[in-house]
Amino acid sequence: MSEEHDAFAGRLGMWLFLATEVVLFGGLFIAYAVLRNRYPADFHRAGAAMEVALGLTNTVVLLTSSLTVALATDALRRGLRLRAQGFLAASLGLGLVFLGIKGFEWAAKFHHGLYPKAAHLATLPQGEQVFFGLYFTMTGLHAVHVLAGLALLAAMLAMARRGTLRAIVLENAGLYWHLVDIIWIFLLPLFYLAA
Amino acid sequence: MNSPAEASQASYLADPSGKGLRGWLLTVDHKRIGVLYLLAMMSFFVVAMSLGFLMRLVQLTAFKGLVSAQTYNALFTVHGVIMIFLFVIPGLPAVFGNFLLPILIGARDVAFPRLNLASWYFFMAGALVALASLFLGGGAPDTGWTFYVPFSVRTTTNVSLAVFGVFLLGFSSMLTGINFITTTHRLRAPGMTFFRLPLFVWGLYASAWVQVLATPILAITLVLVILERLFGVGIFDPSRGGDPLLYQHLFWIYSHPAVYIMIVPAMGAISEILPTFAQRTVFGYKAIAYSSLAIAGVGSLVWGHHMFTSGMSDAANVIFSLLTMVVAIPSAIKVFNWVSTLYRGAIDFQPPLLFALTFIVLFCIGGLTGVIQGALSVNIHLHDTYWIVGHFHYVMFGGAAFGFFAALLYWFPKMFGRMYSRAWIYASWFPIFIGFNMLYGGMLVLGVMGMPRRYYAHLPRFHAMHVEVTVGSWLLVLGLLIYLGTLVYALFRGERAGSNPWHGVTLEWRIASPPPPDNFAELPVITTGPYVFPEGPP
Repeated sequence: MSEEHDAFAGRLGMWLFLATEVVLFGGLFIAYAVLRNRYPADFHRAGAAMEVALGLTNTVVLLTSSLTVALATDALRRGLRLRAQGFLAASLGLGLVFLGIKGFEWAAKFHHGLYPKAAHLATLPQGEQVFFGLYFTMTGLHAVHVLAGLALLAAMLAMARRGTLRAIVLENAGLYWHLVDIIWIFLLPLFYLAA
Repeated sequence: MNSPAEASQASYLADPSGKGLRGWLLTVDHKRIGVLYLLAMMSFFVVAMSLGFLMRLVQLTAFKGLVSAQTYNALFTVHGVIMIFLFVIPGLPAVFGNFLLPILIGARDVAFPRLNLASWYFFMAGALVALASLFLGGGAPDTGWTFYVPFSVRTTTNVSLAVFGVFLLGFSSMLTGINFITTTHRLRAPGMTFFRLPLFVWGLYASAWVQVLATPILAITLVLVILERLFGVGIFDPSRGGDPLLYQHLFWIYSHPAVYIMIVPAMGAISEILPTFAQRTVFGYKAIAYSSLAIAGVGSLVWGHHMFTSGMSDAANVIFSLLTMVVAIPSAIKVFNWVSTLYRGAIDFQPPLLFALTFIVLFCIGGLTGVIQGALSVNIHLHDTYWIVGHFHYVMFGGAAFGFFAALLYWFPKMFGRMYSRAWIYASWFPIFIGFNMLYGGMLVLGVMGMPRRYYAHLPRFHAMHVEVTVGSWLLVLGLLIYLGTLVYALFRGERAGSNPWHGVTLEWRIASPPPPDNFAELPVITTGPYVFPEGPP
């Protein structure tokens, strides 16, 4: 199999994998749609507890990290290996910042008793309970994907330093990172702008 | 016949570059991976078959004390989980798809050989986790294979572990699907256009799309069950505002299409077997190919027929009922094409053909009973009775598993280079066929009489039929043991099969049995459709 042939197959395989990820989150989006349709007023009220500023900051951070991954791929294609490594390191850093902000938000929610099985949450209307159940499930699963993406980017960086990184491999890893990004873009309005 | 050139090539079974256990466990050869799946699955099949046997036994008065009611719940749960997730869903794609897909399209391996091996490890990990759930702490899961909430969230048995095992199995299935789609698109031999693909490849291709697009829904649903049990997120829990019906929707959005993951490759295998033993090209090639896609497509939109009595709106019920009946059309197209393929063919009656014909008969019963229960008014009476169990086994066992058994008989000489005793296979067929119809046909009758499924005990008026059904299970198990024993014996003592014992014309019959590690010394160039038979007797 020729190198180019190989690259095409790799790209096709990656897109199919991304399709499975979209369907995976699709199940959660269905659940969200069904439950929000049932409790529109409760979702509106619960959404008011979200820190919109932090959500927006995180969006900017994640979008920027997607840009730097794309720039790293471009740099590698043009043979600028050091620049590619720099952009990859920047993406890694931005991903960590995202997780840091997310962790801060979660800690605050826990502090306010807004988590499943918390005594305070149980006193709220059912729709609000479901809202926070969905919030932790969906942002939690997304955070797991961010972690996986960071591990992937770290591996890319290590390979780039050794000089064994091929452009198609980085491109596929980048595609995964963009997916993580896109899912966040849907999570932002569903939770932070629900109020 | 083996030509001298073929005989001089090493077979994949004795590949010098991968010797011993290590050579098998780290292999990236698609043929070896297929054999690894085969060994694992047949073991699981025998385990689950024994559980089923035990369940039937308990319905006899004399054996009532054998297991408690709680154990009975675990028996039908585990029987279902193993059979469905470890045998029928992965069966044909993982075993015969892996072994044959690259050969049938004229390639040396699948597109991602290492990913393929990883899929096997996901499969084994999932299987071990699921099996571990039987023996650890809380006891074997007792929810039925559908893991319906709210019970699956409340019960103290090892549901989380079993569900996690199924999650891993789903991963294996998804990765295999990605591999097959990419392989079919990228690795076809020169001249192998889509409409020159053997129909088994079409079946694998169609079901691979379902594997890729439906399995993630199951994965997320199972994750939610685990989160619900561990943290009480409340998405399915009505006491926290969640919706149990939502669970049923999500579960069946995957699990109904999964039926087509099971049956469509089996149909593909039947479409390979019939032309070979009729020695003529398949009737309606394009109709069979497109009907595979149609079944995969429409079959993804009928999940609601599992939930007619769960409280959906009337509008949803009517639409799902209509779509359910529509799926019968592409299925019937296949059946008519198969029968037409046999018409005026030069029939060479051999064990694979016998099992393929049995598939058609049993699948027709399964399909038609499916249309009956797809009607809303009838469904209210039949829902959750033995009728459903009977119908289900006609499709899953009579359909998918018989397709598997027919495929195994057809390709066994190719995979292992040895021929089994035809007489013993014929001998196994009689108890299998008679026992099968006594067992599952009897269940259809019991269902109409009103016997609910999953009950440990039954009323006296059902007892005579329960005895009949249980006797059927003995015959079936006897036949299956003869069938498996014959094949195991042939594995070691069977005579050499030669490269083309059935006079087939697809690519696998043009290489040695067992095939060499690289399949083809030189990649073939394809100039005709797959089923062009020479004129005159073979």
